[in-house]
Amino acid sequence: MAVSPGECLGLVGASGSGKSTLMRMIWGNYLAASGSIMVGDVDVAKAAPREIIALRRGTLGYVSQFLRVVPRVPTVDVVAEPLLTLGVPVAEARGRAMALLAQLNIPERLWSLSPTTFSGGEQQRVNIARGFVHPYPALLLDEPTASLDAVNREVVLSLIEGAKARGAAIIGIFHDEQARARMCDRLVDVTQFTPKAVQ
Amino acid sequence: MDTSIWAKMKTQPLLSVRDLSKFYGGRIGCAEVNFDLFPGEVLGIVGESGSGKSTLLSCLAGHLAPDRGEVIFATSEGPRDTVLMAEAARRRLARTDWAYVHQNPRDGLRMGVSAGGNVGERLMAVGARHYGQIREAAVDWLGRVEIAADRVDDRPSAFSGGMQQRLQIARNLVTGPRLVFMDEPTGGLDVSVQARLLDLLRGLVREMGLSAIIVTHDLAVVRLLADRLMVMKGGYVVEQGLTDQVLDDPQHEYTQLLVSSVLQV
Amino acid sequence: MTDQSAYNFAYLDEQTKRMIRRAILKGVAIPGYQVPFASREMPMPYGWGTGGVQVTAACLVPEDRLKVIDQGADDTTNAVSIRRFFQRTAGVAVTEVTAEATVIQTRHRIPETPLTEGQILVYQVPIPEPLRFLEPRETETRKMHELEDYGLMHVKLYEDISRHGQIATAYDYPVKVEGRYVMDPSPIPKFDNPKLGGNAAIQLFGAGREQRIYALPPYSEAISLDFDDYPFAASKADHACDLCAAPDSYLDEVITDDQGSRMFVCSDTDFCASRRKAGHVGPMGTPMVGG
Repeated sequence: MAVSPGECLGLVGASGSGKSTLMRMIWGNYLAASGSIMVGDVDVAKAAPREIIALRRGTLGYVSQFLRVVPRVPTVDVVAEPLLTLGVPVAEARGRAMALLAQLNIPERLWSLSPTTFSGGEQQRVNIARGFVHPYPALLLDEPTASLDAVNREVVLSLIEGAKARGAAIIGIFHDEQARARMCDRLVDVTQFTPKAVQ
Repeated sequence: MDTSIWAKMKTQPLLSVRDLSKFYGGRIGCAEVNFDLFPGEVLGIVGESGSGKSTLLSCLAGHLAPDRGEVIFATSEGPRDTVLMAEAARRRLARTDWAYVHQNPRDGLRMGVSAGGNVGERLMAVGARHYGQIREAAVDWLGRVEIAADRVDDRPSAFSGGMQQRLQIARNLVTGPRLVFMDEPTGGLDVSVQARLLDLLRGLVREMGLSAIIVTHDLAVVRLLADRLMVMKGGYVVEQGLTDQVLDDPQHEYTQLLVSSVLQV
Repeated sequence: MTDQSAYNFAYLDEQTKRMIRRAILKGVAIPGYQVPFASREMPMPYGWGTGGVQVTAACLVPEDRLKVIDQGADDTTNAVSIRRFFQRTAGVAVTEVTAEATVIQTRHRIPETPLTEGQILVYQVPIPEPLRFLEPRETETRKMHELEDYGLMHVKLYEDISRHGQIATAYDYPVKVEGRYVMDPSPIPKFDNPKLGGNAAIQLFGAGREQRIYALPPYSEAISLDFDDYPFAASKADHACDLCAAPDSYLDEVITDDQGSRMFVCSDTDFCASRRKAGHVGPMGTPMVGG
C-alpha cells in the first residue's frame, strides 16, 4: 500500500487483526520479517537504528494509544521535546507547546505538572499535542480520538485536517466511524493481509 | 566547510569495534563483539550479572586489555585502534575526548577536593592556568547539573548520593568529550533521584551531541536514554537493534525472557 | 683528627658511592626526575638528613671544603654534628663561609650569597614526591610523572586560593623543571625558589628514607607553579635584619623575652656575619670587631 502527501489512509479490521501491529512496523517498533517500508527514501524494514531515529526526529510522527513519558518531566516539556531534539530554542519550543496545550483545553495549571497523574483523556490530549507540535510530513495516528469528549474530539480532528492541508501523509486507526468517514480519503482492511490458516 | 566532507563525517563511525574478546583463562569475559557507534548515538548494553557487559565496557574504555579484537576511535588525527595505543595517548584521550562515569560516584571523584576543584581538574590537566576562568567554568557546569553555585567550595563528602553523581557527570563533561562511557549511572540512587538524573543526562546528551555507551541491568534506563540496545548473555551479544524495537519486539528468546521479567508497577 | 683507619673515606664503601654517583649522573642528565637509589643505613636515624649525607659522601674528595647549614645556620645541632661526621670520616676542611665552600649541605634553605660554578649544593629532602599529599598511590604518581599528567598539582593551588584567597603554600613550593618534570625543592621557604633556576652551582637532592635522588644541573630552568591571575610571589617578613640591616634576606623571627618582644635576624648566619664584618649595623646590632 502507499500514502500520498495530503492523503489520510484509514486502517480498518476487527480487533486483533493487526492494525496497531502494522502501524508499529511502519514506526520501526516491530521488526518486519520481509518486505519494505519506504518513508521518504528510507526503508524502515532494513534501516540502521540511527537512520530510523533520524527519521522519527523530523519526518515521521507517531501518536500511540498510550502516553509514555519520562517520570517527573512537566507536561509543557513533554510536548516541547520533539522541537528540542530538532534544535529549536527552548523558549520558542515551549511557546508552541503551550499554544497547542491551550488549543487542546489542557488547563494552564497542569502545564508544570507531570502528565503521569492525569486522567486518560488528558493524557491522550498531551500525547496528541506532542505528536502535532512539529509539522511532520508523515503521521501515524493510533485511535487519536479515543477517550475524548465531543469538544476535544473536534479540536483533534481539526488538527488532523490542518496536517492534511499542509501536505502531510497520514495513516490513522479510528474506532469512531464518524471520525473515520470525515478524515480518511481511503480505507485499507488489514484482514486481507492476514495469512489464512492452512486447512 | 565543504558539504560533502561534512556529510561524510556524519556517516563515519565514531567508534568501530571488531571481534572484541576477553577471556579469563577458560572463562569467557566477552566474545566476538562487533558494532559501530556513530556521533550522537547512545548505545545501551544490558544483561544480567555475569553477562559480560561490565567486562565489555572496561575493554572499550581502555581499563582492560582485550585478548583479541580492535576498538577503533575516530581521533582528531584519524581512526586509531585504541587497543594498540601507547598508554600516554590513551590517557590523554581519557582526559579529553572520552569520559567515564562510574557507578559509585566516589570512584570517579576526588573526595578530598572541593566541587569546584573536581570540575576544574580536567581543565587544569589540559593546560588551563587562569584561576578566575577555571572557577567560572566550574560554577557554570555545577549549574548545568543543578548543583547550587554556593556549593562550589564544598567537598563531595558533604553531598548526597544523587548530587555526587551529578558532580561526577559535570567533572566528566567539562572538557566536552565526544564519547561517554557510563557504568550503571543510576545504580544505588533512589527512584525519584534516578528519574531526575536520567532526564538531566538526556538533556546533556542532546545539547552536547554526545555519543554514549551505557551499561545497565535496568531496562527502564535504556528505554529512556538509549537509541540502540545490545543484549548480552554469557559474554556474547545475543541481540541488537533499535531500543524500542528490541524491547517491544524481542526476537531472541533470552531477550524475551529478560523483557518479560521486568516487574510492572 | 680522623678515624680514617676505621672507616672508608666519607664513611660509605666505594661500591656504594659508585651506585650513588650513577644515580646522581642520571639525575643530572634528567633534571627534576626522581632517581631511585639503594639508600644505605647511616649512623643517624631517618629524618636527620641521611639522604643529604649519602649524596655528600659520594661527592666528596679530599681537596673539598665542606659547609653544613641547618635552616641557614652553621651552629645548630644538626649542622654541627653532620660537619663533625665528615671531619672524622673524610678529614676534609670545613668552613662557615659560603663563598669558600666547594660542597654545601643544607637543610631547608638556600644560602643568600650567590653560588658560583664549581660549587655543589646538597639538599636534605624529607618527601621527594610533590604529588604525594594529593595522590597517595606511588603507582599513580609515577604514571603522572611519566605521562606529564600534572593537572592535580594545579588543583592543589586552586584549593588554596578557594580556601585562603591566595596560594597558601609557604615552603616546599613545587617547581616545573626545564618544562618537563614537576619537582619538590625540599622544604625551603618559597622566598628561596627564585634561586633554584639559573643557579651556577650543581644542585643535588637526596631523600634517604624515600630512597630518591634528583638534581638540577647548573643554569637549569625551574619555574614555580602558579595561575595567570595569581602569580607566584617570593615573600618574606616585611622587615630588615635587626643585626645587619639587610633588607632582602630571609629572616628568622626570634622571641627575646616573656613579654613577646621579638627581633628579626637573617636566617643565613654566614651572610649576616659577613655583612656585619663589612660594617653594616642593624637597629639591634652592635658593630662587629675584627673577624
